[in-house]
Parts: sequence; structure tokens; C-alpha cells
Amino acid sequence: MKPQITLAAAAVALTFGAAACGGAGGVSATSAASATGPISIWYSNNAQEVTWGEQMVASWNSSHPTQKVTGQQIPAGQSSEEVIGAAITAGSEPCLIYNTSPASVPTFENQGGLVPLNDFPGGASYIQTRTGPSASVYKSPNGNYYSLPWKSNPVMIFYNKKIFAKAGISTTHPPLGSYSQFLATAKKVVSSGAAKYAIYPAPTSEFFQSWYDFYPLYAAESGGKQLVVNKKATFDSAAGLAVAAFWQQMYAQNLAGKGAYTGDPFASGIAAMAIVGPWAIATYKGKVNWGEVPVPTTKGSSGDKVPTFSDAKNIAMYASCKNRATAWAFMKYSTSTRQDGKLLDMTGQMPMRQGIQQLYAPYFTANPSYKQFAAEASHVIEVPNVANSIEVWQTFRDDWSKSVIFGQESPGKALAAAAAKVNQLVASNSSQ
Amino acid sequence: MSSLASPGTATSRGDTRGSGMKRFARAVLGRQPIGLIFGAPYAVFIAVLFAYPLGLAIWISFHRYFFAAPGVSVPRPFVGLANYQAVLSDPAVRQALLNVLIFLVINVPLTVGLSLLLATALNAAIPFRTFFRTSFYVPYVTASVATVGVWLFMFSGGGLVSNALGPLAPVPSWLINQKWAMPSVAIYVTWKGLGFYILLYLAALQNVPKELYEAASIDGASRWHKLKSVTVPGVRQVTTLVTLLAIITGANLFTEPYLLTGGGGPNGKSTSPVLLIYQTGIEQNHPDFAAALGVILVIGVLLIAGAQHLLDRGQS
Repeated sequence: MKPQITLAAAAVALTFGAAACGGAGGVSATSAASATGPISIWYSNNAQEVTWGEQMVASWNSSHPTQKVTGQQIPAGQSSEEVIGAAITAGSEPCLIYNTSPASVPTFENQGGLVPLNDFPGGASYIQTRTGPSASVYKSPNGNYYSLPWKSNPVMIFYNKKIFAKAGISTTHPPLGSYSQFLATAKKVVSSGAAKYAIYPAPTSEFFQSWYDFYPLYAAESGGKQLVVNKKATFDSAAGLAVAAFWQQMYAQNLAGKGAYTGDPFASGIAAMAIVGPWAIATYKGKVNWGEVPVPTTKGSSGDKVPTFSDAKNIAMYASCKNRATAWAFMKYSTSTRQDGKLLDMTGQMPMRQGIQQLYAPYFTANPSYKQFAAEASHVIEVPNVANSIEVWQTFRDDWSKSVIFGQESPGKALAAAAAKVNQLVASNSSQ
Repeated sequence: MSSLASPGTATSRGDTRGSGMKRFARAVLGRQPIGLIFGAPYAVFIAVLFAYPLGLAIWISFHRYFFAAPGVSVPRPFVGLANYQAVLSDPAVRQALLNVLIFLVINVPLTVGLSLLLATALNAAIPFRTFFRTSFYVPYVTASVATVGVWLFMFSGGGLVSNALGPLAPVPSWLINQKWAMPSVAIYVTWKGLGFYILLYLAALQNVPKELYEAASIDGASRWHKLKSVTVPGVRQVTTLVTLLAIITGANLFTEPYLLTGGGGPNGKSTSPVLLIYQTGIEQNHPDFAAALGVILVIGVLLIAGAQHLLDRGQS
């Protein structure tokens, strides 16, 4: 028995000893900042973006033989955020990731996983010149830019013209501008049997789901307010309550689906409407005959200046990058006027660049369905750049689900409780 | 004599030293040192993939900790039981532990009862025996993502089960109903794992002597009495194993609430502790909280398993 005890004790001692030791390594920021050489990048696994990424990498490599870029799709995982977070911890992340969610930037920054882009000569001015005044929302509280605003997917309402026609609703000017109009139209869709549900935003509990039900409508209703402003939650307000009351009615009257759905309810005709960005045009092309309108507001919305959620993805440079001068040059190359034009042309997503309507006018003339999204791109709001960002959204989602989707509590009480918790989270930043 | 005595003494010392070394080597390495070589790969496997992560988790649970990039210097102060206090005072954790309890109360008896009954039936000479054996095993080897998709269709509002039950179906439907979400997950997990447990029982049933059944028949025992008095005691060890595995499955529940009820919904009524560990540790980068919850979970499972072992030993 004794030998086993001795060996077990040694194993435990080794385990705890090893556990107590921190990792070592890292890259010298000073030498890496001016270093050039090969780098690797990750981009989204969306088919159109893969095509864009491959041509962009090939184009760079043909003219920079000593600074070769290796591109690959982001590894599969439950979410990009999880994959990137794990890669940062392991020090195995690439130099650049073209799928960095602004909501994750505070967490990655806190991990020491991001390189401030304004440290590069002309870094801040490049970002501000390309994106315009709206670039400031991507600035971290410490004044640094940890990501380059890259592309947005302004969120709007898609409606299925075939289903609307079946329900006897106008397919050219459907009454969807105000909450009362939207509810009446939704009732008509369902009661006519044209579709099982009027709309089917994912009712699941993941932290990011509120970006596709609450947040776009809140942006419109509040005139473009972020979830948190000056470290205070803004949604426990008349605008927040109005949005919550609207969705509560949608769920209570079974106009919106409450259960998890496998597949795409809009593409399959289960739901007559969807809340989507311009990426959806390529997805639904040939499958659904759709029209698009801005998200509704209490008073009624129309036109293409209604604030909405950006659903942006940014480019960030990661801490394990050894050849940061190449990475910065490549970042600028991939967000040049030419490559932004190619991104628009190949993916339909809006580069976060000033004046895209004028700059790429021939594209929008040839592809009119993207015009309204381009106009909306100037009126998008972003997730707040605050501490504990993911936890903030999860907290909000939990209270939203409890009250608005499942009716276990009044939305007023739930939003007030969520606001109190969010204020604590934003103020505490316990991880630092 | 004296001249012989000296070398003899020296030899004796050498022998003593040699036998001392041998004794020490035997004490450390055991009687068959080659066994260590055979056992080493598994010992390394356990140390690297189990002991180290467990040790690290315990260490993290007593410190303020978050995942950082290599080379980044971050303070990791000792916080005592603060993480454990945070875990135990979190209503979401309490709800998740209650959910697991509901799961175990439904899943464990159902798994043991159904797999024993079906294994007994499949062990008898029934028509299409091989077909049934395969059918029960198919869900076990099918990816959860695929079977969850089928269950979502079956148990949704307009799904097969609700349509078949008509007015008896719960409103809202199973997976979004606060009372039915966790039982639905428990039933799904029972169905999915049944094939494996049936196999275990089938193997155990081969070892129950046929003479016992014959003797019971001569004594006039009914089928029920044979099951109760011969089969159940004959497969007691496998029942212990099945119960333990079912408890561990319950404690590790993640995929089912993540996929079947959309991330532990409705309103956290099917959230499992492991799902919370994923949300807090991986998504929100609070591994200190997640590690404390993980350690509590491990202790809980060990206590239940220990209690069950003692109970079983008492019965034996």
C-alpha cells in the first residue's frame, strides 16, 4: 500500500506544483511592432467571405513574397468568441482575425490578447479617416483602438411577399412601420393561415440573441441609444419598456415562435418575416421573394434613416503576432478602397467606410436591393464597449427571456432588475 | 577463525546493504517493477488529462483568476472561499442544481428499470431479437445533434407527440414549458442512452445460472417472481454500475440543455451546472467562479457515488 501512497502523493504534489505555475512566453511588443515577415490570419467561414479572403490573400502574396500571409477559416466551435478566447489563452491565435465581434473586444483586451492599433504610426487617423466620426464608438475606455471597424450588417425586417400576398397584405407597402401596424399585420398573417408565425427571432438564451430582437428595435425607438451609456444602463426607460411590451404581445399572442427551431424558419416559410442584415440577400436569393422595411417604432418608421443595430465585425491584431508591421500593412491593404469594394461586391456586406453610396455607386445601381442597407449603414449603433460585456448581455437576455418571452414577470420589473445588475457589472470590472 | 570472521562480517555488511537496497527498491517499485512500465502510459494519461486539470481547477477555485495571454502578468490573489460563496449564493446555480436533481430523480430509476426490463425481454427467445437489439442501440451511437433535431420536431408545439396527445399535450409545449422542460431532457437522455445500458444488462444476464430459473419454475414462481428473486439479485453489480453511470451522466449534462431547450431555457428551468460552467468560465471569462462550481459538482458526485457504494455493500 505504501508505494502507491508515495506515488500518489508525488503525483498530487507534481499536479499542484505545476498548477500553481503560470504560463511563460509571449512576444516582445517593442521588437514585434517593427518586425516584418510571414503572418497568418483567420476569416469567417461564410462562403462569400471565404472567397473574398482567398482572393485578398492571393493578391497580397503575389506582390509581397517575403511577407507571406496564410489565411484560413476560423476553427469550428460553439462560437467565434469562444474559439478566439481559447486561442489567446494558449497563445495560438493568428496575427489578424477578420471576425472579431465588438462585444468581445473588452474581454480580449482584458486578457491582454489585443494589440492597440493606435500604437502604429498613423493608426488612429487611418481608422478615423476610413470610418468617420462613428469610429469613436470602437474606442476603448482607455482611449485605444483595439479593433479596426471593418464591416456592418445593418439589421432590417425582411418579409416574404408570397406569404403576405396569401394573407391579403400589400407586398409593396406593407403596414409594418408602427408597433400597432406590425401587430395587426402579424395577426393577419397567422390568422389567415399563410404562415404559422409572423416572425421567429431565436428565442434561445445565448447572450447574443438580444441583438436580433430587442436591440435593433431599441436603437430605433430610442433614437440611437446604446444599451449602456456613461456606465449606466439605458434600457430601463420608456423606449426600452415600449420595445419589451411590443415583443411581449408578439409572444403572448403566439405571433412569434417560443421554441428553439432547427433550420431557418424564414426560408422554410414557417415565419413570414425575419430580422436580418444584407448577408441574407445572398442566402435567400432564389429561395424567397422578399421585401425589406426598417424595424418598427411606436410612432411609425419609414425611410432609410431609422437607427438600427450594426451587427458589425471588426479586424483585430492579436498579442502573439510576431510580425506586427506586416500585419498592420496587411490590415490596411485589406481595408483599402479596392478591397472594400471587392468585399461589398462579393459578400454584400457594408464596409465601415465613409460615403460608400457615392464611392461604390455603380454597384448599388446594379444591385438595388442593397441600397437601403447602404443608407442604413450610416445610422447603425454598436454594442457598448464596456467591461464584462458578454456578462452584461447574458444578464439582459436572462431577464428578457423570463419576462418578455415566457411571461413569468412583468417586463418593467425585469428591465429594472437587469439594469441594476448591468450597472454593477459595468462598474465592477471584477476581472481586472 | 578470526581471519575468517572479518571477511564474513564484511560480506554480511555487504549483504545487509544489498538487501536494504533491494528492500527499498521493492518498497518503491513493488515486486514486479516491469508492471510500472506497463502501467506508465495510463498513469501519464491520468496525470496529464485528469489529475493536472483537476488540480488546476481546485487551485483556480481559491484564487481570482481569468484566462490571459501567455506572458501577460496578471495578479491572481488568493481569495479563500469567496468563489464558493459566490457560487452558492447565485440563484442560477441553485436553480441548476435543482434541475439536475429533477433530472436524476427521473432519469436514474427510468434508466435502471427500463434497461433491465428490455434486456430481460431481449434475452428471451423473441422474434426479431437482433432487430430490436440494434434498434435500441442506434440512438446511443447517433450524434446528439441529429437526435436532438428529431426530438425538436417531435416535441414542438405542432409536433408529432403534441398532435398525438391532442388536448392532453401541455401548453406551452414540452421544451418551452417550465414544468416539462427538465423532465423532457431527462426522458430524452434516458432514451438515448438506453441501448448502452441494455447491453450491460444483457452481458450480466448471461452470467445468471439457468438452474436458478429452472428451480424457481419447479417451485411455481411466476415471471414477476423470477425477475424479482433471480434476475434482479443476479445483476446487482451491473445495476450499481448503471446507477453510477447514470448519475455521472446527469452531473455532466450539457449538450441536451444547450441544444434541446435552447441554452437551458425556458427561463433557466433546464440549465445544468455544466452549462453554467461553460457560460461563466468560457463565454464570460470567469473561470474562478466556474472552477468553484466544478469542484462542488465533483464533490457532489463523489458523495452520491460513495453513498450508493455503501448502500450496495450493506445490501450485499
